[in-house]
Amino acid sequence: MKMSGAQMVCEAIIAEGVDTVFGYPGGAIMNVYDEIYKQNSFRHILTRHEQAAVHAADGYARATGKVGVAMVTSGPGFTNAVTGLATAYADSIPLVVISGQVPLSLIGTDGFQEVDAVGISRACTKHNYLVKSIEELPRIMKEAFYIAASGRPGPVLVDIPKDITGEIGTFDYPESVDLPTYKPRSKGNDRQIKKAVEAIVASKKPVLYIGGGTVLSGAAMLVRELAKIARIPAVETLMARGVMGADNPLLLGMVGMHGNYASNMAMSEADLIISLGARFDDRVTGKLSEFARYADVIHVDVDPANIGKIVDVDYPIVGDVKRVVEKMLPILAEKVDPDRYQVWRDILARYNELHPLSYNDSEESIKPQWVIEKIGSMLGSRAIITSDVGQHQMWAAQFYPFDQPRQWINSGGLGTMGYGFPAAIGAKVGNPDKIVVNITGDGSILMNVQELVTAAENGIAVINVILNNHFLGMVRQWQTFFYDKRYSQTDLSYQPEWKKLAEACGGAGFDVTNKEEFEKALEEAIERDIVCFVNVAVDRFENVLPMVPAGGALYNMLLEHKDK
Amino acid sequence: MEKVRRVISVIVANEAQVLARVSGLFAGRGYNIDSLTVAPIPDSNLSHMTIVTRGNKRVIEQITKQLHKLIPTFKVIEHEEMVEKEMVLIKFPIEERLADIQAMCSAYNGAIVNVGKSMIIAMAADEPGRIEHFIEASKRFKPLEIVRSGVVAMER
Repeated sequence: MKMSGAQMVCEAIIAEGVDTVFGYPGGAIMNVYDEIYKQNSFRHILTRHEQAAVHAADGYARATGKVGVAMVTSGPGFTNAVTGLATAYADSIPLVVISGQVPLSLIGTDGFQEVDAVGISRACTKHNYLVKSIEELPRIMKEAFYIAASGRPGPVLVDIPKDITGEIGTFDYPESVDLPTYKPRSKGNDRQIKKAVEAIVASKKPVLYIGGGTVLSGAAMLVRELAKIARIPAVETLMARGVMGADNPLLLGMVGMHGNYASNMAMSEADLIISLGARFDDRVTGKLSEFARYADVIHVDVDPANIGKIVDVDYPIVGDVKRVVEKMLPILAEKVDPDRYQVWRDILARYNELHPLSYNDSEESIKPQWVIEKIGSMLGSRAIITSDVGQHQMWAAQFYPFDQPRQWINSGGLGTMGYGFPAAIGAKVGNPDKIVVNITGDGSILMNVQELVTAAENGIAVINVILNNHFLGMVRQWQTFFYDKRYSQTDLSYQPEWKKLAEACGGAGFDVTNKEEFEKALEEAIERDIVCFVNVAVDRFENVLPMVPAGGALYNMLLEHKDK
Repeated sequence: MEKVRRVISVIVANEAQVLARVSGLFAGRGYNIDSLTVAPIPDSNLSHMTIVTRGNKRVIEQITKQLHKLIPTFKVIEHEEMVEKEMVLIKFPIEERLADIQAMCSAYNGAIVNVGKSMIIAMAADEPGRIEHFIEASKRFKPLEIVRSGVVAMER
């Protein structure tokens, strides 16, 4: 079929079953926007910044498991999108980002709004394309979606010069992709799997170390089953919250820098670590030479480069977590004696009694942890929770009772402030029936605050709960601990009037200064069903604890909440 | 961990950006490149890159895995038993004695490949260690310019 390159882009998007595109038009992408105007097969949401468009597509992808699609123009449109690409890349989120480019004849001439998009994005995309002719456009679109979603997922950029979207060519969309150079392995080697199961059976102190790959592969229920039949204690990384379910007796909690005592001690004292879709990030391991000194390691990962990258692995298994655990289950069920680990479970239970995750609640002030627990008790599994980056993110990860995968959405790898609000918009668009709450801080929320307009215009009822301590809280916490309380550039006392700001953009605002007000405000926010700010004045100097100081051993945690 | 020298061949799709992807990978992850050569493989749409690098065992393993992860990468060969060759061109002033240079070249399986009005160009192709020695030996003839090709290798 003959059509323009711009039509091809739209047809490919439709063929891939995409229902929503997030984007922002501009000169070099206008041909495509003209075709978007003419069609009604998919929805386009106009964000108010390109970074937010990519984060929204990312939030949509994380909440639904589908590929997210964003569209931007050349030059500054593209460079604004780079943080979004890097965020998705760090957390292995499948995205296809389409950027306009100056016409082929202008490439390399420093043309208006020209920037080397493939050059800049090479290090923060799984793959990228500069389309050089209309003939290759359909194939590239097909490959982009395939590469984004397969193997270890990730963002793919397709940079299309303006003359190509304006040119007429033949659209013959490929049914399938055959890339001789790209064959992700997903099955897992049977012999290795068998050996790994034997190691589990022979171990005395095994621990399941569950990472974000478990969520991405849709393996959560199987992993719960694995833990259950062998009664093996489990820790979750920041990216895996919700996999085991908050009330699962085998779940010790989150592991790492702000993990709880029992989880970190489990990793430190285990004789076998069963890593499922995790990558031994420095925020998890702490000081490497002290990390898991007594443990053999089973490492299941779809990306071979993750295996052996940080720690030596005794049982490497390259494969998709879901398919590997599927194969493990029957062998394990037959061989394992769950009572074997009883002593180990008792030790860990004792650790948890010694130092449970806790905070000192207060009658005078609102503790941020209380707010998270309150949201949790009011909304539980009815809500999808997104977050920005900082103290509020850690408190949300620690104290919210996540009980399903894809319920918790945050920028774990890159740590992008300003991620939460647009991601919440994307999550809500993908799950209109869910309540979507962005737990944010007074620092982060201003880094994409313009999206109030997007949400208000499109009736996307995202609730932003601002844990407002008038500080750049996490940096302030480090300054307290490690910089002798020199609060360099972290005091955010000068603030906008949040209620007015939300209202000015067409949303609603609530200022909360005591606990009763909070419950009322959240109820009203849900009732109003429009985008809103719930601005909660919380204890200014509350710290996120436990904390493993950067570079310290995982078992050396700052534990106590002392009064200031 | 001890650093070792490694010769790695990477077979990649012969397409735009592929050299930048490979060199960008080394730059971005802080790996060393001692030399890198690339040329198309005859009668195919593939290119052969030969990279000489150094690093400890973990780094070398990461290099091969990360190279393999690039979408256009077809195959990565970490050479163990290989034939390894490098070429060098050296320019000498015409005042130097042709016969002596010729004799030196013969010792290294090299040759004088060009004699002009003001200069002499000699070449040799051999193992990298031998090329080092050839360059060392050439210094007594006051070389004006030395161009090395980088290593190409083939597994035995």
